[in-house]
Amino acid sequence: MAPRTCALCESAKAMLKRPKTGQQICRDCFFYVFETEVHNTIVQSKLFQPGDRVAIGASGGKDSTVLACVMKTLNDRYNYGLDLFLLSIDEGITGYRDDSLETVKRNQQQYEMPLKILSYDELYGWTMDAIVSQVGRKNNCTFCGVFRRQALDRGAAMLHVDHIVTGHNADDIAETVLMNIMRGDIARLGRCTAICTQGEDTIRRSKPFKYAYEKEIVMYAYFKKLDYFSTECIYSPDAYRGHARVFLKELEAARPSAIIDIIHSGEAFEVREEVKATQRVQQTCIRCGYMSSNDLCKACTLLEGLERGMASAGITDRGRKQLESQGPAPDNLRTIPFFKLPLGNPTIAIESTS
Amino acid sequence: MTTISLKVEFSGGLELLFSNQRSHAVTIPSTDPATSKPTDLQNLIFYLRDNLLKERVELFVETDTVRPGILVLVNDTDWELEGEGDYVLKDNDEIVFISTLHGG
Repeated sequence: MAPRTCALCESAKAMLKRPKTGQQICRDCFFYVFETEVHNTIVQSKLFQPGDRVAIGASGGKDSTVLACVMKTLNDRYNYGLDLFLLSIDEGITGYRDDSLETVKRNQQQYEMPLKILSYDELYGWTMDAIVSQVGRKNNCTFCGVFRRQALDRGAAMLHVDHIVTGHNADDIAETVLMNIMRGDIARLGRCTAICTQGEDTIRRSKPFKYAYEKEIVMYAYFKKLDYFSTECIYSPDAYRGHARVFLKELEAARPSAIIDIIHSGEAFEVREEVKATQRVQQTCIRCGYMSSNDLCKACTLLEGLERGMASAGITDRGRKQLESQGPAPDNLRTIPFFKLPLGNPTIAIESTS
Repeated sequence: MTTISLKVEFSGGLELLFSNQRSHAVTIPSTDPATSKPTDLQNLIFYLRDNLLKERVELFVETDTVRPGILVLVNDTDWELEGEGDYVLKDNDEIVFISTLHGG
């Protein structure tokens, strides 16, 4: 095949076919359109205000590494006036997270952003390695998911940031739409396509890559030679999501617009008011102050189960009843520090750059 | 028999299926003995599957091409612009396979 020229600049050699549009473009035009689309998403959704302190949830993987790079580029180019931070959660998984955190530490220097690492061990007194040795490999993803969500909010509170951005991309969101449909989870289906979520007691969270295809994120990282880490978690990945993912990739191979189309379908669902009304009202956990739909938040329930040697307490109704039948929680039970939304200036130490 | 030499790279987690080694020097015949046609990228994918892949073939090949979610670059260009499996390999080509299926 003769080399094709870029559809945009009409001079350089085309190096990439865009999955969204089918356009064939060169490397420099690709950087420009990719960054500009993210900028347009940010501006149209009014994600930030000048002076906002924003934490980038950084795992060392491709999405968050590209997000850190693009956020820095756009903040400089368009004078957003943001203070950017990297926030990493250390789940305590030997041979997986310890390696990926080394990548984040390099990113800290490459992008000149302060880094805060918060570990499960510090917050909950349990590493994922310790949790898996108690609960086995069946439900460990439940612990990890619940603990990570709360750890991110708590890490953000320690940094006194106004906002957390995560690297969730269009493929991730389309997968979540599919999973929520397959599970009949109407409440989550209604909110999983929102670019920005904020409860009364939580820190604003958003997804600037909502419309960015995974293929383009990976190509961006490759062309920019970004330093990222890509090993699967050693504790069996989320199997249900894995199936949704493979199915989505097969749809994309047949018709690349499938990903954006599924997101659009998710957005177009309207949840009737009477369905919304049956959803639990948010309250705060009586033990740790974090948002919850019950007296105890999910993390406190899971932690109590671990501490009292009945790990299924936070997973099944039966486990919960079993725990309750053993009497109330002992006074010396390990608990999560009380959660308060930040006011004033941060006092905590962040990782030194040296 | 004439041969061509290629540089083949695996990343994004795909290297784990290939002895945890990212870069491989590969020499293959310049024509496919079965069809006598010049060796193309599809022949290379089968060659890698049969000779370098160490485990879990289903994570690399599906039917007659790479598994959906694996990006392929020919000399840094998206293979979708180069005819995908029909691309005829040249001496010293650099072929990169990147998995996008691993976590972010």
